[in-house]
Amino acid sequence: VEFTKVAADPSIVNLGQGLPDISPPSYVKEELAKAAAVDRLNQYTRGFGHPSLVKALSQVYERVCGRKIDPLTDILVTVGAYGSLFSTIQALIEEGDEVIIIEPFYDCYEPMVKMAGAKPVFIPLRYKNDGNSTCSADWVLDPAELANKFNSKTKAIILNTPNNPIGKVFTREELQVIADLCIKHDVLCISDEVYEWMVYKGNKHIKIATLPGMWERTITIGSAGKTYSVTGWKLGWSIGPQNLIKHLQVVHQNTLYTCPTPLQEALAQAFWIDFKRMDDPDCYFYSLSRELESKRDRMAQLLQEAGLKPVIPDGGYFMIVDVSTLNVDLSDVDEKQPYDYKFVKWMIRSKKLSAIPLSAFCGPETKKQFEKYIRFCFIKKDSTLDAAEVILKNWNKQTA
Amino acid sequence: PIATSEIFKLAFSLQAKMSRPVQAQRLEGIDKNIWVEFVKLAATYSKVNLGQGFPDFPPPDFLKEAFVRALSGENHMLHQYTRAFGHPPLVKILAQFFGKLLGRDLDPMTNVMVTVGAYQALFCCFQAFIEEGDEVIIIEPFFDCYESMTKMAGGTPVFVPLRPKAPKDGKLMSSEDWKLDPAELASKFNEQTKAIVLNSPNNPLGKVFSRRELELIADLCVKHDVLCISDEVYEWLVYDGKEHIRIASLPGMWDRTVIIGSAGKTFSATGWKVGWTMGPNRLLQHLRNVHQNSVYHCATIAQEAVAQGFQREFELYGKADSYFIQLPKELQQKRDWLVQSLDAVGMKPIVPEGTYFLVADISKFKSDIPDVPDSDEPYDSRFAKWMVKNKGLAAIPLSAFYSGPHKSIYNHFIRFCFAKEEATLKAANDILQKWKQEKTSP
Repeated sequence: VEFTKVAADPSIVNLGQGLPDISPPSYVKEELAKAAAVDRLNQYTRGFGHPSLVKALSQVYERVCGRKIDPLTDILVTVGAYGSLFSTIQALIEEGDEVIIIEPFYDCYEPMVKMAGAKPVFIPLRYKNDGNSTCSADWVLDPAELANKFNSKTKAIILNTPNNPIGKVFTREELQVIADLCIKHDVLCISDEVYEWMVYKGNKHIKIATLPGMWERTITIGSAGKTYSVTGWKLGWSIGPQNLIKHLQVVHQNTLYTCPTPLQEALAQAFWIDFKRMDDPDCYFYSLSRELESKRDRMAQLLQEAGLKPVIPDGGYFMIVDVSTLNVDLSDVDEKQPYDYKFVKWMIRSKKLSAIPLSAFCGPETKKQFEKYIRFCFIKKDSTLDAAEVILKNWNKQTA
Repeated sequence: PIATSEIFKLAFSLQAKMSRPVQAQRLEGIDKNIWVEFVKLAATYSKVNLGQGFPDFPPPDFLKEAFVRALSGENHMLHQYTRAFGHPPLVKILAQFFGKLLGRDLDPMTNVMVTVGAYQALFCCFQAFIEEGDEVIIIEPFFDCYESMTKMAGGTPVFVPLRPKAPKDGKLMSSEDWKLDPAELASKFNEQTKAIVLNSPNNPLGKVFSRRELELIADLCVKHDVLCISDEVYEWLVYDGKEHIRIASLPGMWDRTVIIGSAGKTFSATGWKVGWTMGPNRLLQHLRNVHQNSVYHCATIAQEAVAQGFQREFELYGKADSYFIQLPKELQQKRDWLVQSLDAVGMKPIVPEGTYFLVADISKFKSDIPDVPDSDEPYDSRFAKWMVKNKGLAAIPLSAFYSGPHKSIYNHFIRFCFAKEEATLKAANDILQKWKQEKTSP
């Protein structure tokens, strides 16, 4: 909330907040127009999810997961993935529980866990590489350190893959380590997979729910906003076993009851279009990913040329950058804030370029570890990246 | 030895975990929901659905056009996130529109917050203001979520009934005849009372609280320093020249009231799920806190369209073309039609002063559905289920709007929604007429 206000200024090149400035595919907009023209679709639909949408979701994910998914009992449609996270946490987490959160994390996990009365337990991804170029795969969990975080109070672990902000795509082996601990300690897994379609060459998105012993203890969360570049539609979903989803449905019926109808109908139609071509490279799930990969590469190059050190993401549409190499002296600025907060504010003011400081994504103990990084979002149209290029190319020409 | 003790420790902790339910305690007692059940029944059996409260006519053309303009226009950024607490054009026009009605300068950024329907606005209020140890006064009959939302927040619901007064001879009962007993109401306020929920016009009865009745409530709120959650979603649907009075406009009330409104009810677009809250910043700041940790953003396009709808209504306010004048006029006719229809077959309607609901006494039809003495289920619920399955006519039992122990008090009433096309109301009439004939013929 803090940074979206600052970057609302149109003279600033906004690579901060995670939203596309590219247009959603035209068929998605057309389906919405078609839906809005049907009288019945402007009134309430089924509370737990519009029938045609949950049907489409079950088909797409049955294919991906290789298991039967009941559209009425195994799926809940929510107001964005955000709403799914909230419903899951309110349904299954309470006072006395501990929830493991991997740092850096999407910032809402911590306040949501606290709002449910539970204790967040943090474990950081640690950078393990001495080489020059770094990529998100270099950031790993220490298995022993992770095992130590599990105890009898641990109710759940929140997994985010591909990860925001680093862009790490957890490998099968890494997921197996987490799964083993979940099974051993009878812990739930809340798997935030909103960027599931955005994985780049050489990487594969694996659903932890498909690992042995995991389906029955995992809630997998997805997002229309990220899948179809329509963040403003605020539609998401939770998929899991009936005995868990039923509790999310109870939360839902006591919080907002039902999600908007025309948007759900349009989304269902868009999913049918892409479901039919899931074997085709033209499927939007894959074509968007290809488009983003070239933007990722361009962004990385521009940053490197300006003397910054980007961490090349294997997935997602964010890139974190080590800014310490620039040695911008901000010691005269308000000391109480972490370095990256000060850097971003300075960069917005003096370079007219915005990003998000990485310490926004950390628990209190690790802020020092991450304060030399800032996060850029690259799901931006060419003209935005062109404007960013101008700023980055001229960076060294201006003195700090 | 170390390994074995570790195994024992793990085994014990797993055993303890397995004996605890997986779900959080806050879900206790709120898992049943009347709508899930009755919506399914209507979807399966009904030929004529006068049950769930939504219009079967479309939203007005100007609103649908605004929606299409927003989604297909040059500004494709309307498909992306907007301001979390409300799309700027919408909060601005809401502040302007309602500021005028309240006679107050409203700041769109701090006195207004947009929500996913009025339902989510209610949720934010309960989560923001109610916790364990708090009591919430709820007037019966009530929209059912007030009770479960109070419980989910850890609060204790305290019920006070509207009591019916027999109408004058030969006249039909009116929702006006259902009143609060002032002494009874006053007795419900104590040190634990945190809030009272007011719903005017009231769902399901259609009662429009008078100025005197609102003053009664307001005096008690001020005296006991109690908040008022004012659900005014049916604010435009008032009939017979009655006036909808906003309790927040009474002395001492603005500062302790959250007003809740709904685009779904205002513009006949329940599927858009756009609602709002209005009130002083000292209260709205807490709603914003809950909102940003639960839903964060509301969908953009519908907000843009609703903003344009309100802009139009602001310019046409009080004029004949205003949707806020035309809709209640149309609905009043439908109300009168359904009242006549029900009266003709022997179901006794309570004529509503507002909303698009009316409640009818089905005692004359009881013979078709025999009483089951030891049944857990209230009679009217069994009646409504039998009616939808056997007659194809869907309605909602009044007991749905009462707390557990009170469900059997008024168990021979059902609620009809009359926000329906003429054809629908005619079809309902045909079913009722046929049913009556079947009863009178041997």
